[in-house]
Amino acid sequence: MPPTKPLPQPDAESREFWEGVKARRLQLQRCRACRHLRFYPRAVCPHCLSGEHEWVTVSGRGTLYSFTVCHRGASEAFAADVPYIVALVDLEEGVRLLSNLVGCQPDQARVGMPVQVVFEDASPEITLYKFKPVGS
Amino acid sequence: MRRVAVVGVGVTKFGKHERSSAELFAEAARDAIQDAGVSPRAIQAIYFGNVVGGEAERQLHMGPQAASVLGIPAVPTTRFETACATSHAAFRHAVMEVAAGVSDVLLVGGAERVLNLPTDSATEYFAFASDAAFEQPAGLTFAGVFALMARAHMAKYGTTEEQMAHVAVKNHRHGVLNPKAQFQKEITLEQVLASPKIADPLKLYDCCPFTDGAAAVVLASEEVARKSRKPIWILGSAAASDSMCLHDKKDLSRILATERAAQAAYRLAGRGPEDVDVVELHDCFTIAEIMATEGLGFFEPGTGGIAAEKGWTSLGGKLPVNPSGGLKAKGHPIGATGAAQIAEIVTQLRGEAGPRQVDGARVGLVHTLGGNAATVLVSLLGSE
Repeated sequence: MPPTKPLPQPDAESREFWEGVKARRLQLQRCRACRHLRFYPRAVCPHCLSGEHEWVTVSGRGTLYSFTVCHRGASEAFAADVPYIVALVDLEEGVRLLSNLVGCQPDQARVGMPVQVVFEDASPEITLYKFKPVGS
Repeated sequence: MRRVAVVGVGVTKFGKHERSSAELFAEAARDAIQDAGVSPRAIQAIYFGNVVGGEAERQLHMGPQAASVLGIPAVPTTRFETACATSHAAFRHAVMEVAAGVSDVLLVGGAERVLNLPTDSATEYFAFASDAAFEQPAGLTFAGVFALMARAHMAKYGTTEEQMAHVAVKNHRHGVLNPKAQFQKEITLEQVLASPKIADPLKLYDCCPFTDGAAAVVLASEEVARKSRKPIWILGSAAASDSMCLHDKKDLSRILATERAAQAAYRLAGRGPEDVDVVELHDCFTIAEIMATEGLGFFEPGTGGIAAEKGWTSLGGKLPVNPSGGLKAKGHPIGATGAAQIAEIVTQLRGEAGPRQVDGARVGLVHTLGGNAATVLVSLLGSE
């Protein structure tokens, strides 16, 4: 068995999120009670504990808050990917996500650079959201 | 609440061992019990820390094992896991049991064995302490976690890779003075800066190693402690948490859990950062030491790098930090680290640290961080 990367396991709270990603749509939960927009998906609003939420498709546009160029992979399964970039992205909607920056040379990444979401199929079931520099 | 003291300490040599975590713990615990001058039969409970035993040794439920190897299988045991802060969390809970009057003599510690694994596997298991759904799929390692913090600190304050390298050089210099340390060799600034990139801007010599080892301390109530050789008193022990995921922390240039735990520990102890003579803190990566010295209130935010560069945190400096060599040079057996840091501070406050002794140290601080900076423990200890 070749080594495999850890993939998300969609569950009751996250299934709709991952189905959206598979359909090339980045969508977040918004609390129906206090209107707080949250990431990651979860059953209860961390602001007001309401269990009612709606799904909102966000722009996928944001800026790079921080990043690291990984020269050693997180496991054997990542060995072929190095160097890869792990990035924290601040979306225009005010939510931060951790993901990968792709389509960018490691020495071109800069804190504050504008980025845009892209989608990569990781398995027949799972698609991952990643980011690339705007204009690349 | 009753006063509580550490009356005995034990630490194994850190490095590679061909022994199980339970057997490693037995060695450290035996030394701690003998140092305390108590009978194993006097121990009323064991608070035991281990993190990746399930993956690395196919061994869960190590608490009863830890009691069995010491010949006291009937003693109640609990296994703690708060990632790299594990045995400091065990310590805090044990202190509360003695302070509350439930027990008079307790054994606390931890053990970890990972060098039997390939490095890739150890890296993978440690990464289980980040979020499975929203962090691990991106290939986030712990070097990556602290690299993201380093980048934020550099962007906000202008902290440099050279300043981080000074932490590594200093802790290796201290490690030479500690016979238990995994690395007992000095390194130069140039070697650190030229070492292979791991998670940019962190390089190999910015990172602590994988380590096998164990540490233990014996706690006692004031009545018991007064009869012991050199009791060291717990002035305050506090914990704080923060959001598990990195993306939930607004400002990665500071570690809120460190600030909150430190404030709580200072309040409990009735002391402040200006009262501290010696510090053992969580330098899993060089940037972590810089950020901890700021969060603990020793230096203003953004000036921890300058303090490292100027030698203020070196033995002989204003505030010696990690005289043991720290996680960087002493090693980081994650389940044992908190107890080992506490053992070092007790040794310092007893005046028994030999060539790495901080002269006249009367108050010491221990800081241990777990996971994505999501758990932090801070304890203050004193000789009076």
